[in-house]
Amino acid sequence: MNVQEAIKAVEQLNPQPSVPELRPGDTVRVHYKFTEGDKERVQVFEGVVIRLRGTGAGATFTVRRIASHGIGVERIFPIHSPNIQKVEIVRRAKVRRAKLYYLRNLYGKAARLKEKRE
Amino acid sequence: MKGILGKKLGMTRIFKENGEVVPVTVIQAGPCFVTQIKTEEKDGYKAIQLGFEEVKPKSLTRPELMHLRKNNLPPLRYLKEIRVDNPEDYEVGQKITVSIFDVGEKVDVTGWSKGRGFAGVVKRWGFSGGPRTHGQSDRVRAPGSIGAGTDPGRVIKGLRMAGRMGNERVTVQNLEVVYVDPQRNLLAVKGAIPGARNSLVIIKQARKTEEKRKRYE
Repeated sequence: MNVQEAIKAVEQLNPQPSVPELRPGDTVRVHYKFTEGDKERVQVFEGVVIRLRGTGAGATFTVRRIASHGIGVERIFPIHSPNIQKVEIVRRAKVRRAKLYYLRNLYGKAARLKEKRE
Repeated sequence: MKGILGKKLGMTRIFKENGEVVPVTVIQAGPCFVTQIKTEEKDGYKAIQLGFEEVKPKSLTRPELMHLRKNNLPPLRYLKEIRVDNPEDYEVGQKITVSIFDVGEKVDVTGWSKGRGFAGVVKRWGFSGGPRTHGQSDRVRAPGSIGAGTDPGRVIKGLRMAGRMGNERVTVQNLEVVYVDPQRNLLAVKGAIPGARNSLVIIKQARKTEEKRKRYE
């Protein structure tokens, strides 16, 4: 048995991720569960997926959104986190790179992405 | 005291239900054979010798091979002794698998750490090194003063200096068993263990458990 299979076997312990197949440029709504003391609540974070990183149990994706006063906010979510309840894809954009870091230097109209035609 | 030999395979992570991440090391543990039994009367101490990882006969020396063959055991790469209180409960040729451990149990894992070669004091002892600016040259990873002057006129013994680092036997105690798979001979423990991938590790029941410590107090 090779190493990759062995590690996959252990990763089977993780619950199935509730994240659909994502692409860079997707605009998504991430429903993320928080525990504050003993209270649980779900927060929605909407923004553009600018990066998919890693494989297996350690894979993450980064969502960027422009918060109030034009401040960019990025959040990194582990794909396998059981705290992610749901990820909705709002729209998909046509992009030409895997990592959309260039969006960090753009704002307003320039930061728009072209919608993908299926 | 129960134990098994294994091979470090690599690390990954497991998410708990509340979203907490548990870092785990995956080990190919066993199957091991009991290759010899050491008793108080015959050898002066009580232990079992375990053998792990079948190999081609030609990779062993003649004495190694015959030691195994006389008990109808396959050629095995590693032979290691584990001290036990009850050697009479084991018999030569007996197979030992990961199923001796349960999920949630605590274990001690021994391995041989990765060799770092001749390492400086910053890497080996965690020194801070010297200042990088304010007119310094050649001081970035320097050890600083190693002692006083004419009195005492020597460097005190045991001072931490540069030298060979790693490639030594290291034991990590009280790791939690997270996963046991007797079919595939896999074991996963919480946290990191010493050594490179594919290196030999010895997994034993934890010596210093929380319960034992309480009994002493």
